[in-house]
Amino acid sequence: MAQPEAASETTGSAPAPRGTTRRGTELLMLVFSAVIITIAIMLVELSQENTVTRQLFYYGAAYLALFGGAHLAVRRWAPYADPLILPVVGLLNGLGLVMIHRIDIAKETDYTIRQIAWLALSLVLFVLVLKFVKDHRTLAKYSFTCGFVGLALLALPGVLPSAISEVNGAKLWIKFGPLGQVQPSEFAKILLMIFFASFLVSKRELFTTAGRKFLNVELPRPRDLMPMLVAWAAAIGIGVLEKDLGTSLLFFGIVLVVLYIATERAVWVVLGLSLFAAGAFLAFQTVTRVQSRVNVWLDPINNEDGYQLKQALYGLGYGGIGGAGLGNGSPERVPFSNSDFIITSMGEELGLVGLMAIFMMYLLLMMRGLRSALAVRDSFGKLFGGGLSFTVALQLFVVAGGVTGLIPLTGLTAPFLAYGGSSLLANYILIALLLRISDAARRPQTPAKPKPQQAPIAEAHTELVERPR
Amino acid sequence: MNKPLRRVALAMMAMVLLLMGNVTYVQVIQAGELRDQPDNLRTLYDEYSHQRGQIIAGGQSLANSVETKDDLKYLRTYPKGPVYAPVTGFYSSSYGSNGIERAEDSILNGSDDSMAFGRLSDMITGRTPSGGDVELTINPAMQEIAYQQLTSKGYQGSVVALNPKTGEILSMVNSPSYDPNPLASHDRNVAAEHWKAQEEATGSPMSNRAVSEIYPPGSTFKLITTAAALDSGYTPDSQVQTASSIMLPNSTTPLPNYGNKECKGGTLTEALAHSCNTAFAEIAGRVGADKLRETAAKFGFGQNLQMPMTAAKSDLGPMSDPASLYQSGIGQRDVRVTPLQNAMMAAAIANQGKLMKPQLVKSTRAPDMEVIDELHPEQLSQATSAGAARQIKDMMLKSEQYTKGSGKISGVDIASKTGTAQHGDAADKPHGWYVAFAPAEDPKIAVAVIVENGGDEGAEATGGSIAAPIGREVIRAGLQGGG
Repeated sequence: MAQPEAASETTGSAPAPRGTTRRGTELLMLVFSAVIITIAIMLVELSQENTVTRQLFYYGAAYLALFGGAHLAVRRWAPYADPLILPVVGLLNGLGLVMIHRIDIAKETDYTIRQIAWLALSLVLFVLVLKFVKDHRTLAKYSFTCGFVGLALLALPGVLPSAISEVNGAKLWIKFGPLGQVQPSEFAKILLMIFFASFLVSKRELFTTAGRKFLNVELPRPRDLMPMLVAWAAAIGIGVLEKDLGTSLLFFGIVLVVLYIATERAVWVVLGLSLFAAGAFLAFQTVTRVQSRVNVWLDPINNEDGYQLKQALYGLGYGGIGGAGLGNGSPERVPFSNSDFIITSMGEELGLVGLMAIFMMYLLLMMRGLRSALAVRDSFGKLFGGGLSFTVALQLFVVAGGVTGLIPLTGLTAPFLAYGGSSLLANYILIALLLRISDAARRPQTPAKPKPQQAPIAEAHTELVERPR
Repeated sequence: MNKPLRRVALAMMAMVLLLMGNVTYVQVIQAGELRDQPDNLRTLYDEYSHQRGQIIAGGQSLANSVETKDDLKYLRTYPKGPVYAPVTGFYSSSYGSNGIERAEDSILNGSDDSMAFGRLSDMITGRTPSGGDVELTINPAMQEIAYQQLTSKGYQGSVVALNPKTGEILSMVNSPSYDPNPLASHDRNVAAEHWKAQEEATGSPMSNRAVSEIYPPGSTFKLITTAAALDSGYTPDSQVQTASSIMLPNSTTPLPNYGNKECKGGTLTEALAHSCNTAFAEIAGRVGADKLRETAAKFGFGQNLQMPMTAAKSDLGPMSDPASLYQSGIGQRDVRVTPLQNAMMAAAIANQGKLMKPQLVKSTRAPDMEVIDELHPEQLSQATSAGAARQIKDMMLKSEQYTKGSGKISGVDIASKTGTAQHGDAADKPHGWYVAFAPAEDPKIAVAVIVENGGDEGAEATGGSIAAPIGREVIRAGLQGGG
């Protein structure tokens, strides 16, 4: 579990020289992650079936073909995009597939093939987004459509009958017969972010206007609080209607951070966190499910509802520093070991060392995303890119923190790693958009239009070059 | 907007750092505690995932692991279950383990430090790691005859035999015993049912009487009183009390001889051979409580023994007044011994007064058969002088001549002492004891036999009638079969 990406990245945070696409680096890194994945499959075969078959090279080649396709799309439609984002995503996704495969063998299930199908579909969507979203700024034009559709998607499972929308206690899904189920909130988060980013960019000035001063802190004007209060209410609505704390937390956290980036005012964060605390306290007082989660978090070993978390912690403890080795642990003993708890499955078999590497990969992904947001020149792009990167971070924090006992457990999936079609589809769209922003950030500025032959100064008209702001 | 973006970057780093810190805590600091949780099946899985070593005695496998198709890969089996249960113990997924299974667990499961190199080479060569073997000092012929003797007559009791020169434990048998096989079952219900049955059975089969139960030693304790006397100026020919009954000091309680008979001969030798109570009560009174205690300690009383299972401590009780000292001198009152302690007493006399540490493990071997550790005989103390030991042996030879009961072996001189211990809980049915060693001129076996509650003879039973025949059979098996 070396960190080849980090090692090869010699330029640090300095922007790459204009004009180099660095697509070669991306391809090389993809090949490298294909090698890692192939070795990982080999280890699983060795320990689970005691044979090494030639098939694993086909797996490696298939993996490379899938991501090679994505790479070609990037080469064609976003040639200046960050060269590490796609390989990191590919490696995380590949490692997730290996773990899902390994748990499939232990439990005699067939999630791997389904996840591969979802991955293929995701990559198709990824390519389509790259092809048709030529400029991320065009998205801002559809902001109200996005906002409306996003809200509808978010609310839909909550108002549908439980028979259609409830899975494992959370009303987050829309089931399509036995074939599959889709979690609309995964897509809603991107659509709502488009709306929110463009809304905030257009109304930025309003939010930065100071309200009255209180204790030397400039408070926002009460009416500017409305969007945040609406978001807060919506988050509580999700928690109550859809019985899912993770999505509620994710949604509110994203709104908060985007608001902060847009306004540059920490007071929003303080206000938001206070609202969150109040909401959390309220939830703890009234919802038994929340109380149970908190009690399990406080004492996972002796709490009788703590079976999942306890087993997960046992797995982590069993893995220790070096891990049991791929295929040598028994992560399948933990419920949802290939989805919500895939982080602890990794921790058991790859150990602390492997888990650290996975966290580093995520960190690299977030930082690359954020760097693109920093470098892009338009406000919408900055806000949108920052928000997308933070989405990855918050998802990881909520799920990984939950399954390792850092925070109370809520239902989210680790992006790219965990089994789950909707999450995979949505996160690949997210990555495609991030690459689009990154491409815009690193693309050499189109050479300035040839300056019109300047007329002799005496003949020049008075012209207004720019309206002063 | 770049300033807040940078701050958000810092916040994201902090989040990832928190995650890293937390998993470090869980996987490094908390890991041991998590592994030790009693309901952590992973540890169990791990334990059962590779082949546990065998427990072997005299070339026979007493416990081994066979592959199954269960969740837990290897099943522990005990080919002669109850016969060897007191030594092997059991190895259960629901009830833990005991006996050698517990005491030598690190060798059997292969985690012992001495096997670290082997584990490393297993890892490199990809060989499935397995546990090491434990070879015991048990003599299967003696063990099996002892078990058969005790159980065929339906006795409750125990037999312990030692090699007096090395302290090797040659047999350790209990009756009733239990079968460790169902306890090792991977089916929780089977194990639980059996466990419950054992707990409810009469005679507590799962208690290891040989080393963990303490009994009044009765007249066998007179050997220690004799040793104390010889060390205090008595000789084998010293004149001792012959009266059929005496009064305990400062009381009106009589202390009679067995059958209220006068003691013949009048010397110390004859008194031991005939097991005269009055004589030894008075001797105890003369040598005093301190001397008696000191001598008993040299024979192993009060010692913390691990062989490697832990034995209960034998004890003399408070002996607070002369009357209780008199009674203690003949092994009554509060004197309590384990069968192992009585075997050690016989072994020390047989081995010229040297008390050897009783040991059960002959050798431990790595999976590649390389010897990890071997038994080293260890002297615990000089229980009595070589001269005194010889004198006591002569007395015991005479005692054997006077002892009834079947099974005497022609051509082999046995030195022995019987005991018939009254005890509070079933006053009319005494425990019968027989301690002995043979051959007298070059002792190879020392044995202690206890048959509880009169065996099949009830109130009429004596050590000679119920315990001696068993002791002699065990000695015969040891000297003739395989010894």
